[in-house]
Amino acid sequence: MISSILFTILLIIGVILFTKKIREVIRNIQLGRKLDLSDRSSERWATMARVALGQSKMGSRPVAAFFHVLIYVGFIIINIEVIEIIIDGVFGTHRVLSFMGGLYDVLIGSFEFLAIGVLAACFVFLSRRNIIKLRRFHMREMTKWPKSDANIILFTEILLMSAFLIMNACDYQLQMLGAEHYSRATGIVGAFPVSSMLLPMISGMSIDSLIILERSCWWFHIIGILAFLNYVPYSKHFHILLAFPNTYYSKLTPKGEFTNMESVTNEVKLMMDPSAAVPSVDPNAAPQRFGAKDVKDLTWKQLMDSYSCTECGRCTSSCPANLTGKLLSPRKIMMDTRDRLEEVGKNIDQHGADHDDGKSLLGNYITEEELWACTTCNACTEACPVNIDPLSIIVEMRRYLVMEQSSAPTELNGMFTKIENNGAPWQFSPADRMNWANED
Amino acid sequence: MENFKVLTMAEMMANGEKPEVLFWVGCAGSFDDRAKKVTKAIAKILHATGVKFAVLGTEESCTGDPAKRAGNEFLFQMQAMNNIMILNGYEVTKIVTGCPHCFNTLKNEYPSLGGNYEVLHHSQLLQQLIDSGKLKVAGGPFKGKKIVFHDPCYLGRANNEYEAPRSVIQKLDIYLTEMKRSKANGLCCGAGGAQMFKEPENGVKDINVERAEEALQSDPDVIAVGCPFCNTMMTDGVKNFNKEDKVQVKDIAELIAEAIDIK
Repeated sequence: MISSILFTILLIIGVILFTKKIREVIRNIQLGRKLDLSDRSSERWATMARVALGQSKMGSRPVAAFFHVLIYVGFIIINIEVIEIIIDGVFGTHRVLSFMGGLYDVLIGSFEFLAIGVLAACFVFLSRRNIIKLRRFHMREMTKWPKSDANIILFTEILLMSAFLIMNACDYQLQMLGAEHYSRATGIVGAFPVSSMLLPMISGMSIDSLIILERSCWWFHIIGILAFLNYVPYSKHFHILLAFPNTYYSKLTPKGEFTNMESVTNEVKLMMDPSAAVPSVDPNAAPQRFGAKDVKDLTWKQLMDSYSCTECGRCTSSCPANLTGKLLSPRKIMMDTRDRLEEVGKNIDQHGADHDDGKSLLGNYITEEELWACTTCNACTEACPVNIDPLSIIVEMRRYLVMEQSSAPTELNGMFTKIENNGAPWQFSPADRMNWANED
Repeated sequence: MENFKVLTMAEMMANGEKPEVLFWVGCAGSFDDRAKKVTKAIAKILHATGVKFAVLGTEESCTGDPAKRAGNEFLFQMQAMNNIMILNGYEVTKIVTGCPHCFNTLKNEYPSLGGNYEVLHHSQLLQQLIDSGKLKVAGGPFKGKKIVFHDPCYLGRANNEYEAPRSVIQKLDIYLTEMKRSKANGLCCGAGGAQMFKEPENGVKDINVERAEEALQSDPDVIAVGCPFCNTMMTDGVKNFNKEDKVQVKDIAELIAEAIDIK
């Protein structure tokens, strides 16, 4: 009875804290500029099914893809078990779903195999990060926290899976010993193909000790899951949830198509024809800056991108600028955007919505040198397994630098002038455009 | 050109004629000595296959691509709207470009500003001409040679066209090989995003050297390209390894023009 109450309280606290954080994240994402992505919904569902659910973009790195699928399938399916744990926890029952009979045995048995798969994958991933030290996990932006974040998650999953298997082993042994509350007249409930291998380790234990061990693992497992749930939104692991909306709202136009800024279109139309009909601007509205200096100048989708990033570094490891030693790292662009957005969110919580901390994404986080190194080649967007678009953020910041600050590199200013003066990025007379046809 | 005169839209219109396709030459194709050879190759192929084409000539102006990628949206839209005014004035419906950057900009970024055309990269037009039987290519000087194709970012990833250039090259009876990073995983030559017009940021290597090194690892006779910027970058990259005597860098259009031996 007491344990039921305790469990229910813990469950409620866990869910409330999680909901609070999620609301904060949604609030932060909505700080971004408006963007209507309500079009082409059937294509969007298909993209989400293919890229998020089907993990279609993981396959370019087969080793990572294989073990990632193990963790993904394992971790998600094993959490069906959590439904039973919650019902048992609240109502004080034990293995309440066992009425399903044969199907229950199949489920529990397959969970055990998946648990072993998850364990194996976690060990492989830990060794890739900490023993083999793959280059993309040890770049400049992979500072102390991003590295620990990944390790914390992998260790937690190992502990959760171990607790699950030990719990099952104890349960199996208790059933065989005929312990009250565990054994049933109908025989053994559940199948334990993996955890039964642990039996030699606990065979000498008394029923009381087994119950203590089984209950400890049960509590550890569910508290661990509640803690993990609340850890996720603070972590790179947020992608397990955000991968779905983020791929749903993927860019569906060709990768080479950059947005045409409507505010500019209106001004250019007026410049070319002062009587042109352009949408009237609300005189009381705050003027919007051209391009992006801070997170609020980015669209909500770009902000959602930053929360969806799992810092895998596939973008950066395919970026031609980064590969040749330049400062630019598309992953860092995303991590900076997220860090700055969290900072802006905290400022709002602490000092109100209009607080200005004097900092900005461009300048305090991202430098001009990084932005100007981009070749706009789309290798980063192609590589991202959840369709994040770092390139659009880079271009928005270049727009700010050029149109608000006039601070493009000198050679680029020269190129602009030449296009303005002679219609080509080089110093040639437009009158010579046809010369090629008369040579030879 | 020796055997025929390239007509401008203005000249055609004065004759009361309309071309099938407008050949958008591009700034590199008009002014860069290396790219001008590609322009001539495209014009020769169009002429030889009986495609009625015209150019804008002195009325053509930069599409605005480098300005847009560098963040100068004002300049881009000024260029775009002026170009659209001219293109729409001539009632242009179909455009072929010799440059993937022009191709991408005209195809994807002009429509919402009022410029709606069917836009083809020259590799796509060549493929259409081959498919329709107008262009017959068989071996020629490249027969049996090993050719590696370097995907232009703005044709490949940007517009998902990987097959047209390859299928055109394969008509030359050559041995087509691939780099480790190719198609969707292709590595940029380093010139996109307005990098063509500035020095690279500090690093340990130039991107074109990295890419040329990769291309040379496949030990090709020819590195085939489909973009004037890639052409420059790969040519410089090959020179960096002192391989310019052994390995040629050539545009797809040049390969075809040489193979069908047209003057």
